[in-house]
Amino acid sequence: MSDLEIQAGLGRSPRARAARSSRSRRFGVAEILAGLFTLFLVTAALFPALVAPGDPLGINPLSAFQTPSPAHWFGTDESGRDIYTRVSHGTGSSLLIGTLATLIGLGLGLVLGTLAGMLGPVVDFTVNRFLEVLFAFPGLLLALLFILIFGPGVATATVAVGLATAPGYARIIRGQLVSVRSSAFVEAATVLGRRPGQILLRHILPNTLAPLFVLGTLGVGQAIVWASALSYLGLGAAPPAAEWGAMLSAGRIYISSAWWMSFFPGLFIVLTAVSATALGRGIERRMRHA
Amino acid sequence: MSDETSRGDSAAVRVRNLVVGFGPPHEADPVLNGVSFEVAPGECLAIVGESGSGKSVTARSLLGLAGDNAWVRADELSLAGFDVRGLSESGWRRRRGRDVGLVLQDALVSLDPLRPVGREIADSLRLHTRLGAAARHTRVLEVLDRVGLPVAGNQVRMRSGELSGGQRQRALIAAAIVLDPPFLIADEPTTALDVTVQAQILELMASLKRAGTGILLISHDLAVVGRIADRIAVMSAGRIVEAGPAHEVLTCPEHPVTRQMLAAIPADKPRGLRLSERAAAPVAPSLPFPDTAVRDAPRNTVLEATGLVKRFTRPDGTKQVAVDDVSFRLERGTTLGIVGESGSGKTTTARLVLALTRPDAGEVRVLGQPFSAASEKQRRLLRPQLGAIYQDALSSFDPRLSVDDVLRDAVAGGARRTGRSGASADRQRVLQLLDAVGLAQGLSGRRPLSLSGGQRQRVSIARALASKPRILICDEPVSSLDVTVQAQVLDLLDDLQRDLGLSLLFISHDLGVIQHVSDQVAVMLGGRIVETGSAARLFAAPEHPYTQALLGAVPRIGA
Repeated sequence: MSDLEIQAGLGRSPRARAARSSRSRRFGVAEILAGLFTLFLVTAALFPALVAPGDPLGINPLSAFQTPSPAHWFGTDESGRDIYTRVSHGTGSSLLIGTLATLIGLGLGLVLGTLAGMLGPVVDFTVNRFLEVLFAFPGLLLALLFILIFGPGVATATVAVGLATAPGYARIIRGQLVSVRSSAFVEAATVLGRRPGQILLRHILPNTLAPLFVLGTLGVGQAIVWASALSYLGLGAAPPAAEWGAMLSAGRIYISSAWWMSFFPGLFIVLTAVSATALGRGIERRMRHA
Repeated sequence: MSDETSRGDSAAVRVRNLVVGFGPPHEADPVLNGVSFEVAPGECLAIVGESGSGKSVTARSLLGLAGDNAWVRADELSLAGFDVRGLSESGWRRRRGRDVGLVLQDALVSLDPLRPVGREIADSLRLHTRLGAAARHTRVLEVLDRVGLPVAGNQVRMRSGELSGGQRQRALIAAAIVLDPPFLIADEPTTALDVTVQAQILELMASLKRAGTGILLISHDLAVVGRIADRIAVMSAGRIVEAGPAHEVLTCPEHPVTRQMLAAIPADKPRGLRLSERAAAPVAPSLPFPDTAVRDAPRNTVLEATGLVKRFTRPDGTKQVAVDDVSFRLERGTTLGIVGESGSGKTTTARLVLALTRPDAGEVRVLGQPFSAASEKQRRLLRPQLGAIYQDALSSFDPRLSVDDVLRDAVAGGARRTGRSGASADRQRVLQLLDAVGLAQGLSGRRPLSLSGGQRQRVSIARALASKPRILICDEPVSSLDVTVQAQVLDLLDDLQRDLGLSLLFISHDLGVIQHVSDQVAVMLGGRIVETGSAARLFAAPEHPYTQALLGAVPRIGA
């Protein structure tokens, strides 16, 4: 290599690279806040007693409907239960439902999307029409249909949300597969004499699945909102349980006198969804620059 | 710059000691460092340089478009006698279009795809003049006529996507000159165009010049510049290193950078003459090939195409013949160049040869064995004999893999070897390949994305050589590279061919490159090969009218 190209390759790019990496590696304020909140959520989910030592179901009629105060940060509900304790202890089930539902959705989407993207035009056509039928129903309606058949409960709500999100994932996975499969580097691998199976494992699947990680992170927030919505409607977790949607629902009748009963569970739902989105976008940006 | 003479107050643009940088002024080095020049009405100054030399930043500074985080300082910066230093954004908007017009490289992205080009051109009239709708329309027709877009053909109402590349470039020039600016900046105006279209656009710009417009032409191509520039300024690393009358700069270059750029132009340089200064280390000893002795063996055909036909169905259902009855033979140890303009079927031919697409008729044979007619399973046995190099090297690499991964995959062949001895043998071979293409071993951990264009193409060549092929299919391998980097890559291919006895099928739109690398040449037009012959004969005495037209359109220095 001559001097000139060394200059072109090394003289110019370190600065450009430094600029690029400082842009992509530095954390934004939103990402830091989202990270801290997620850390709190994970701690609360794994060791709820650590962040809120009280009993989430402990009734104390004497201290019912108390406004937020140093003693009860988020106030108390109609039975005198501490809202902060209940919200913290509800984190586990909310995160679990959101993560499981997303995994179910991604898994189903992966199966359908791979079938459509890999098995030729007939399967592709069939799967696509099937997905279009599912798309015709709003996601929540699809979940409601499923619950109608299998009855309410946390487990059915989780599966229902997973089912409702699957068509979207399937679409994205199929599109990704099709574009990766026709990309120049897959052709280059064919020219090098690789067998289709090797190309699938070495090039197509990794490049298809990498973006799913981001998609999943974004999806968890969405799934938690939906699961809470189902609980709010009384189709997921049942009222005495410390679950955000159920708490929101319980606070609904007292909204004019005790706003904190529905405000704080709602706030946590919103913050969780926002944090998941902020983190997902952050990962996505970093991966694009990598 | 020393030989700049004062031209009085009539200069269309005058720049003295222009310094431009990005980021905080005291921290980063300026990108432009003391650039001075002026352009008189009816004169064309060309600024030439490699990518990254600062020529585009110069042009953008003259339009107030250097960028948000850029700082611009100059002792003098005037357009049509008006000092534009420290002009506000709205002040710039009043100047742009009226005092200075801009023609960009890629007309497809410079024109709004959803609006008719006539409307697009009329826009600046609406913004800068008080002409009524009818008068605007007349003016648009006038300008389109002047740039040679036939008005009768309804082009006023067509959108940019419906025009050909040459027509788009003409529309873009029309938009730039509709307000009759005394000064025009053309940033690589012909780079994306075929040679024959390029010649027409250059002729159009020359006629604007004759009509009194001052032109600042930005280009990386010295030969193109030689056609219309009166003076040439050569830029390198943010400075003008040499400037003077075009003829002098092109015939008696003084600065090493200019000399290097001129020496790198492949046209008219006989085969085997080196284009870049320093030779890579001899590669043969480091790359044990099965039969390096073949270069002395009697000539025989390694690749043969007979009667290839490929049709595509357009979205509207009509059939288009992309490749029409194409036959050729590639003899061992030689290079067959296929040249043609965009849409002539070159790339489809390459894809047919690589069996990436199935021919509708005809056959490709590799080393005397059926290739296109065989099943992919049988083909896989022959594939190691064929290496491929693509124009866009970057997209031919898996974005997740490092250079080392890419080469290791290629070396390991289908079976990824396990065990320590296999892995270390592969490792050894990857190092040999890096060495052979002149890449530092330290680059192997990087991803192709972080390499320069020339380095990427070297990785791509190393990958193609990994299976010890006898034939290399090169589809526009140097088209996206700077001329000096192009020269290095062409020299590398030449060395490899000589040392390893490779046979090359070399596809390019660039006649100069084809002339330099080829033993035999085939000229393609509309999917057919219209003329074949030895490079020496074909370039000296072209027989087909199209070949003659092509050769006539090639910009040459000193012509």
